[in-house]
Amino acid sequence: MIAETGLIALWLAASLALLQFALGAIGLRAEREDYFAAIRPVAVAQGLFVTLSFLLLIWLFLRSDLSVRLVVMNSASVKPLLYKFAGTWGNHEGSMLLWVTVMGLAGAFIALFERSLKRETLVATLAAQAFISLGFYAFLLISSNPFERIFPIPAEGQGLNPLLQDPGLAFHPPTLYFGYVGLSVAFSFAVGAMITRDVGAAFAKAMRPWVLGAWIFLTLGITAGSYWAYYELGWGGWWFWDPVENASLMPWLAATALLHSVTVLATRDGLRAWTLMLAVVAFSMSMIGTFLVRSGILTSVHAFAVDPERGSFILALLAIYIGGAMALFALRVGTVKEGSRFELVSREGALVANNLLLSVILALVFIGTLYPLLVEALTGEKLSVGPPYFNLATGPLALLLAAVMAAGPLLRWRRDNAKALLNRISIPILVAAAALFALALFATGMSVLALLGLALAAGVAVASFAPLWKRNLRRTPIHTYGMIIAHFGIAVALVGMASESSFTEERLVAAKPGDEISVNQWKLKFEAIEPVAGPNWTALEARMTAQYGDGALYQIQPQNRMFPTAQTQTSEAALLTRWNGQLYVVLGDGDNEGRWQVRVWWKPFVTLIWLGGILVALGGFLAMIGRLRRGYKQRKQREFVEAML
Amino acid sequence: MNRWLLWLPLVLFGMFFAAVAVGLMIPKDNIIESKMVGKPMPAFALPAAIEQRPALSSADLKQGKPTLLNIFASWCVPCIAEAPQLLALQQAGVEINAIASRDTPEDVANFLNRWGNPYTRIGTDTTSRVQLAVGSSGVPETFVIDGNGIIVYQHIGEIRPEDVPKLLELLEEAE
Repeated sequence: MIAETGLIALWLAASLALLQFALGAIGLRAEREDYFAAIRPVAVAQGLFVTLSFLLLIWLFLRSDLSVRLVVMNSASVKPLLYKFAGTWGNHEGSMLLWVTVMGLAGAFIALFERSLKRETLVATLAAQAFISLGFYAFLLISSNPFERIFPIPAEGQGLNPLLQDPGLAFHPPTLYFGYVGLSVAFSFAVGAMITRDVGAAFAKAMRPWVLGAWIFLTLGITAGSYWAYYELGWGGWWFWDPVENASLMPWLAATALLHSVTVLATRDGLRAWTLMLAVVAFSMSMIGTFLVRSGILTSVHAFAVDPERGSFILALLAIYIGGAMALFALRVGTVKEGSRFELVSREGALVANNLLLSVILALVFIGTLYPLLVEALTGEKLSVGPPYFNLATGPLALLLAAVMAAGPLLRWRRDNAKALLNRISIPILVAAAALFALALFATGMSVLALLGLALAAGVAVASFAPLWKRNLRRTPIHTYGMIIAHFGIAVALVGMASESSFTEERLVAAKPGDEISVNQWKLKFEAIEPVAGPNWTALEARMTAQYGDGALYQIQPQNRMFPTAQTQTSEAALLTRWNGQLYVVLGDGDNEGRWQVRVWWKPFVTLIWLGGILVALGGFLAMIGRLRRGYKQRKQREFVEAML
Repeated sequence: MNRWLLWLPLVLFGMFFAAVAVGLMIPKDNIIESKMVGKPMPAFALPAAIEQRPALSSADLKQGKPTLLNIFASWCVPCIAEAPQLLALQQAGVEINAIASRDTPEDVANFLNRWGNPYTRIGTDTTSRVQLAVGSSGVPETFVIDGNGIIVYQHIGEIRPEDVPKLLELLEEAE
């Protein structure tokens, strides 16, 4: 009965979304006050029903109800509880339901709490949001019903893809989805504003928390995903420029640009058309990302979610939403009034530079990701675009962007002069120059890009705190601290990336128990190899002791795991984290004479990459709290003044 | 702003849509062939992997007589499995050159002492740069190269006893 209840809740939610869209569309055309009043409760009800449906699916997974096809295909009763839970969205149907649930909840949230937006714009936004959801409801109900029963009922499920049996899975996809859905809200706002031609500071302030929220989740999602791929795949790399990684990076780049342009719109009422376009592009990138992952159109390590038929469905949705929004943009933006103007050397100028650089990087990643597809479609030839292209194309621009990021916050709004800026940024420039000099002298064999990256990171790290110079620290707004921490986080991540790419040392050996392997200052002793068993896997585990110089001895145990239900093998890398880097050990296959392929890396300061990512997200979080608090205070003040009058 | 410019995003999106729609219709297959088969060996010069054997450069591979190029590593377990076949090929009069991938001189020397050394020349490729240029993505791999330095055939994985006749035949055809 639970499965049927879930399906009914899903149908109800879909009907409510249709109603929500109709109320908005007809209400706006006929200017019906009663329709406007009805749309908020409908949006809340839709959110509740779709949440109920999702909770019931989780329940089915937790109980391992083997009469439900989705549970059979993606779960097993012997699986640990956490993976039963996470398995709910570790598959196509469940993840689509999660997506539409988060969208429904976002709609309900806007309906309940949004008070500053013009009413017509709010109604148009909610209608647009419902319209997007409708596509996903149709997708679920027509072609991927998560509650479908199976008969005869099998004795055991097929288990979850072993690569996905990791605590990271409980966290990574939902985080990205929150990000994607946040961007869908920004998209709906932009569509709403284009329909009512109401683009201005108030609109930007209403949209900004959603953009910020989406951006925080995307940042966390990418950071977590990168770390997950790093330790779970056992390849020792943290970014492979894989199509699916790019699919998550592209919305982030667009969202980062949007985040900065929406600030110009909110503060100075400038960049109106550009901000609208970015909002459309940011959501397009999330949809395209989803499409690339699901359709299997590009070959990727994330090939577990592939189905060409579903690909066509998402492509159709993409055409309707994005094509529609872009047509609306072309028709309406010409009639939206231009925002205010500014000088080249100004805060706005720096933010425009930021936006242009981010857009070019986005375009380069986009082209690199889809180029193989284009070539194959035109000539039938197969090729792949690898890290050399991406690093070379985007690296220098990213460094330029970091330099702009250091200077931007030190500029005044509207107009400033270059001399004054040079004055304010002199110390960071000196720091960067000193770092460059020291590195060129002592660290030989570094690539130019890594060398510049490290030097620049030092300068940016100092510059990010420069906005606090001669300011009253206690009266500085929270969102300024947010910006400072986020920018500092970028510098930290940059240090990690440059250090990992320049100073990593690698050793590959066929070793047998008793052998010693050394890399950098590390000495590893291969003690023994033993079988071990987990809840749903068996493994061969290498017992090793590692010693850094003459320091303490650490036990590490890399494993080679077998998952009998899925008939697959994964390697569990052993990671040893020290303050100055990570030791990364992978156990490969053995021969029949007691030798094992062992791969060891010493990666200095690699952890800074993810620490930086977390700092960036933390900065975003502080900025959001600061903005929301200020918005709330201003509204209370306004209400107070109105009451007095 | 020029009003026509506002249509640009839609046009670009239309192009994306068309390319992707065509891509969805093309059936997928996952067999990856080396792009280098039929092409001349890329130019390279690798230092010697061990003292007892000379270094390897692309010029050594166009001496007028067909050769085998074996890519191996001391840390590679299947490379041990193919060692007897390589020795047999050498005894049949085949010149075999090698690239040692991501290795150290001591490890290579130990490996060859233990499993036999069928190689005329051994170059060391510590960063896999030449390996990738040749179109090889793993170890072991073996290439048949004709007397003019053209890559004729790529064998992926270890050479099993049953593969030896085919390799000999290919070498003969390449004369």
